[in-house]
Amino acid sequence: MQPNDAEAAALRHVHKPLPHDSAVKHVQGSAPYVDDLPEPEGTLHVAVGRAPIARARLQELDLKAVRAAPGVVAVLTAADIPGRNDVSPSMGDDPMFVEREILFHAQALFAVVATTREAARRAALLGIAKTTALKPRVTVEDALAADATVLPDYAFGRGDPAAEIERAPHRLGGTFRIGGQEHFYLEGQVALAIPGEDGSVHVQSSTQHPTEVQHVVARVLGLPDAFVTCEVRRMGGAFGGKESQATQWAAIAALAARATGRPCKLRLDRDDDMAMTGKRHDFRVDWQVGFDDEGRIAALDSLFLARCGYSADLSQGVVDRTMFHADSSYFLPAVRIASRRLKTDTVSNTAFRGFGGPQGMLAMERVIDAVAWSLGKDPLDVRRLNFYAAGRDVTPYGMTVEDHATGRRILDELEERSDYRARRAEIAEFNARSTILKRGIALTPVKFGISFTLTRLNQAGALVHVYADGSIHLNHGGTEMGQGLNQKVAQIVADEFGVGLERVRITATSTGKVPNTSPTAASSGSDLNGMAARIAARAIRDRMAAQAASEWGVAPEAIEFRDDRVFVGNDGMSFAELAGRCCAARVPLSEAGHYATPKVAWNRDEGTGRPFFYFAYGAACSEVTIDTMTGEMRLDRVDVLHDVGRSLNPAIDIGQIEGGFVQGLGWLTTEELVYDAEGRLRTHAPSTYKIPVASDVPADFRVHLHQEPNREDTIHRSKAVGEPPLMLANSVFCAIADALHSLAPGKPVPLDAPATPEAILKAVEDLTGGIGF
Amino acid sequence: MTFRPLRFVRRGRLVEVADVHPRTTLLDWLRLRERATGTKEGCAEGDCGACTVVLVRRRDDKVVYEPVNACITLLGQVDGTEVVTVEDLAAGEMLHPVQAALVKHHGSQCGFCTPGIVMSLFALHHAGGPADREAVNDALAGNLCRCTGYRPIVDAALEACAAPAADRFTATEETTARVLAALDDGSDVWLGGSDSFFAAPSSEDLLARILGEAPDAVIIAGATDVGLRITKALEPLERIVWLGRVKGLDAVEDTPDALVLGATVTHARALPHLEALDPDLGELMRRFGSRQVRASGTVGGNIANGSPIGDLAPALIALGATVELRKDERLRSLPLEAFFLDYRKQDREPGEYLRRITVPKLGPSDRFRCFKISKRRDEDISSALGAVRLTLDGETVASVRIAYGGMAGTPKRAAGAEAALLGRSILQAGTWRAAAAALSEDFKPMSDHRASARYRMQAAQAVLVKALAEIAGLPSAATRLHPRKEASLAAE
Ligand SMILES: Cc1cc2nc3c(=O)[nH]c(=O)nc-3n(C[C@H](O)[C@H](O)[C@H](O)COP(=O)(O)OP(=O)(O)OC[C@H]3O[C@@H](n4cnc5c(N)ncnc54)[C@H](O)[C@@H]3O)c2cc1C
Ligand code: FES
Ligand code: FES
Repeated sequence: MQPNDAEAAALRHVHKPLPHDSAVKHVQGSAPYVDDLPEPEGTLHVAVGRAPIARARLQELDLKAVRAAPGVVAVLTAADIPGRNDVSPSMGDDPMFVEREILFHAQALFAVVATTREAARRAALLGIAKTTALKPRVTVEDALAADATVLPDYAFGRGDPAAEIERAPHRLGGTFRIGGQEHFYLEGQVALAIPGEDGSVHVQSSTQHPTEVQHVVARVLGLPDAFVTCEVRRMGGAFGGKESQATQWAAIAALAARATGRPCKLRLDRDDDMAMTGKRHDFRVDWQVGFDDEGRIAALDSLFLARCGYSADLSQGVVDRTMFHADSSYFLPAVRIASRRLKTDTVSNTAFRGFGGPQGMLAMERVIDAVAWSLGKDPLDVRRLNFYAAGRDVTPYGMTVEDHATGRRILDELEERSDYRARRAEIAEFNARSTILKRGIALTPVKFGISFTLTRLNQAGALVHVYADGSIHLNHGGTEMGQGLNQKVAQIVADEFGVGLERVRITATSTGKVPNTSPTAASSGSDLNGMAARIAARAIRDRMAAQAASEWGVAPEAIEFRDDRVFVGNDGMSFAELAGRCCAARVPLSEAGHYATPKVAWNRDEGTGRPFFYFAYGAACSEVTIDTMTGEMRLDRVDVLHDVGRSLNPAIDIGQIEGGFVQGLGWLTTEELVYDAEGRLRTHAPSTYKIPVASDVPADFRVHLHQEPNREDTIHRSKAVGEPPLMLANSVFCAIADALHSLAPGKPVPLDAPATPEAILKAVEDLTGGIGF
Repeated sequence: MTFRPLRFVRRGRLVEVADVHPRTTLLDWLRLRERATGTKEGCAEGDCGACTVVLVRRRDDKVVYEPVNACITLLGQVDGTEVVTVEDLAAGEMLHPVQAALVKHHGSQCGFCTPGIVMSLFALHHAGGPADREAVNDALAGNLCRCTGYRPIVDAALEACAAPAADRFTATEETTARVLAALDDGSDVWLGGSDSFFAAPSSEDLLARILGEAPDAVIIAGATDVGLRITKALEPLERIVWLGRVKGLDAVEDTPDALVLGATVTHARALPHLEALDPDLGELMRRFGSRQVRASGTVGGNIANGSPIGDLAPALIALGATVELRKDERLRSLPLEAFFLDYRKQDREPGEYLRRITVPKLGPSDRFRCFKISKRRDEDISSALGAVRLTLDGETVASVRIAYGGMAGTPKRAAGAEAALLGRSILQAGTWRAAAAALSEDFKPMSDHRASARYRMQAAQAVLVKALAEIAGLPSAATRLHPRKEASLAAE
């Protein structure tokens, strides 16, 4: 047995597939979200007036009709802001309300506060904006033509890729477009602000980043941070969409509360939410590759053109992460990864599960496909040939991939499990017989870097109290958005104290309890908060052990906490009794724990360092059938093997993997964001923007965990699992491309993402020179 | 004339309502008036299912459990039903079997979709099971979940719906039936005054009179279209006439020669009859919206709405359907294609209403095919829909009707393609191609966020060729990702 196993064997909750802490409440509708909380007497409702046009100078805002509308109590504009008109995460370029320049269609112009939500929404339609219209820049090409960016260009790499490509036996190049993605959290953006004494305000917000909501509300109201408290019990989904972009709605609600002296709630209508909040970045990727006869890559030169929208938001980190994942799982001897953060007159794109990584990885998988097809090889063989390996293990940003063997083991095992080779042969046979329907298969790897690339965010705090009756109050800086973070952390804390889970009371995240937190993002929730909570719990347990030891006259090491009791040999007392005795003996039973991730260091200026504590690996094999006459597609089978280290909770981890995969599936197939030439989003509702439904998930969906203890010292040797599984869906896209490739073997497949029926049919047409019946 | 206020059953009690605005939705009633916040709003447009509740009602003397989207159901529409929400299922500490199965299979993550999913599965549980994967997927088509990827939810459903329901609702079904029967009292319902009202007459005569006096009143049947005018466009509708209580308007007459569907027959009730007519029609209806939309939405509403992308019209035009309208005492019938005059303009006078649709059945020499093209297979609006009905004389096409949706401002016949086929041999691939080519003269489709004009035309041509090739003998397993179902689906 490894020492790890002995430790693990003593655990009663950690590593067990326990249900989500709120599951029983979820199914009865008794888990409250912000809009469900009892409204304090006199609560008012806020709606937002939208800009009618994408790019314009605002000449005059006529709000007479708004003010006169039934039920209206107050109307707020930029002029009513006591502090700064800025809800941005850092760059100062996201105004809460338009002052002079309209920067995108549906941007917030003003807010109406009324007695009911309906009255507020109706009144919000009555504002009249007199504008001087300018031609909006909507596409990557528009932004390139105007040379408009939100942040400076950035690149890293090594060697002389241009020369190496020139010298290589084979060269290919191309352009690939990747669409964005709407988060479509089921619970839309919402905040309830309750005014307190001395101008203070308490905000209930659906946010992944309570600290940022606190700071932005304080900034807008011109208050010290200490006057604002932000609380989050749970969100109805977030996926990155409530990291930086929950602040505006909380700040407007807080401003309304300040202006009226009454509690104010702002819940965006779904269509407004989709039009007014940012999405996953869409990209154009221009690439060139040089390789040998076997398909071994000698050099890669990629340019990532990101459509960021009107402001910087989180685009620095997002596009950096795209670049960090532009190698996917492959060694690139000479390489240049360049990026431009383009400015368009559209909503500001933001964090979304994977934070840019998926786009980088997918682009690289497309390069591999192109290389393989040009040589008449199976793409999986070319993937294997280029996979990180001993001596070929340094990323384009200078970090050594220490555990590529884990990734390769997963690849090997999945190739077996999925029966890839036999199915590949069978598919070839099918395609030879079938004219209208064609099948395709692909097996693609995932390697995802874990840590915030902004090093200072890699820290967390937790606050644990043990009460005199032995019940435990658990609080940490992470937020619950469905990922089961609270459940995982509660399991960790229960096992530290050797008590049952029912003794651990999970409480709402609050900036009043744990300050200066990082967002719950970058898959880091359990890594960081689990550690911080364990540190806090352990400190209390040590003090309790010392107390017990002194009472029994033994060494503290002889004290054991298990089964809700405290033991010295066979002697003992209940956990509750010891808690009571500690109180009597004036031993403090409260602790704030703090954790900072070791080892990470990234020098952005030099383009080198170790941005990640470790990598999480995975692989997926997908098989599809396409209809070459209509472009329709059916996903037939999916096999997944995913690395979670030693899982903290296998049931929750499987949920993250399946959910992530299906979200990625939607991104790459049916989810299409369509902007018109005027810069208006046309797909701003679930009637036109189609996320996967149950029947899009194949009946044959085989998901397994790869449980190899993390080589780094993470909480119980687990690995982060929030984002990496999304990229398993790259296999679906590559399988569609594979099916298309059967129409014209050897030719590159001109397929852009998402692979809607129309996109697939267009690729058929391009490959076959027209659709013949 | 005596009217009564609204009556429905809630948590074992009779609720009588006289004082709501006619536009009040069931969801707002639950969340804002009752403060029953278990039911969620995810979109307010019928697409996400977070607001799903179950209406228990009597149909054909049976107690049925129908899932509906509370967000676009007006409160008046629950008259005569029992409203069951997610809070009502557990008996004290004892979870309902669908709730327990969801917990056991880890079917919730953020939990926001969960109440709606519970209610959809509760309805499925009472649909007479056992439910297979296809039935479960279908029951969930109107419930979006962004977190789980559905697999655990489907597993939970398969387990909970493996056997017919035996819960406290079935145990008290006789009482429920009696209470609901008492509510079905044949009276006319009126909420509000004469400027602002929700009227639910129980007879056609009264309906005709109300519409005669208030020809500008908005007719609603299922409100799956009109609901969005209220929640999204914020149209200040004040005078609403609901057809749901009108006796006889929901009749189905299924004879050997024709299927006659009353205007207020819901899609759910029409489905088995249309499916019996042809399996492609059954699949078209299965893909029509979701269970929730089909439980409320009506055949008459789909046609009267006049949308160029409505699914029923092109299929029924190809089949040669006729519609019957009434205004005051006047009845008239016309071929369905003649009802659609121009984009969103129908041959319907103010105060006139659609009574019924007559769909001729297929004879032994008749063939029918219909294809819906959409971005997502389930619960999506068509980018194009093509339907073909042929009569064969040997291998010769003796008569032909082809109609499309999504290709013009109205659902429309393809005259050129029809001409290219008439009198020709169905076995000639050249004939198929000629007919497909003729479509580019028949239609000038438009580009929008669902599809480009070019794709619409390509897809329209593709499905016509497929239909003809299949009729000529090519098995649908070679032409479609989802082969034609010759066997029949279980009735909803
Ligand atoms: C989520 C969702 C999915 C949908 N999916 C589909 C789909 O797949 N395919 C599709 O075709 N449609 C779809 N629809 C649209 C809608 O459900 C259908 O058009 C439905 O048949 C409308 O019927 P209804 O009874 O709800 O109509 P209502 O909304 O009640 O009425 C629609 C219109 O018809 C008028 N009207 C209704 N009945 C009569 C009558 N007897 N006489 C005169 N006028 C009348 C009304 O005044 C109104 O103008 C969907 C809608 C939603 C919300
Ligand atoms: S709230 Fe989405 S369907 Fe009703
Ligand atoms: S559990 Fe979050 S949307 Fe379904």
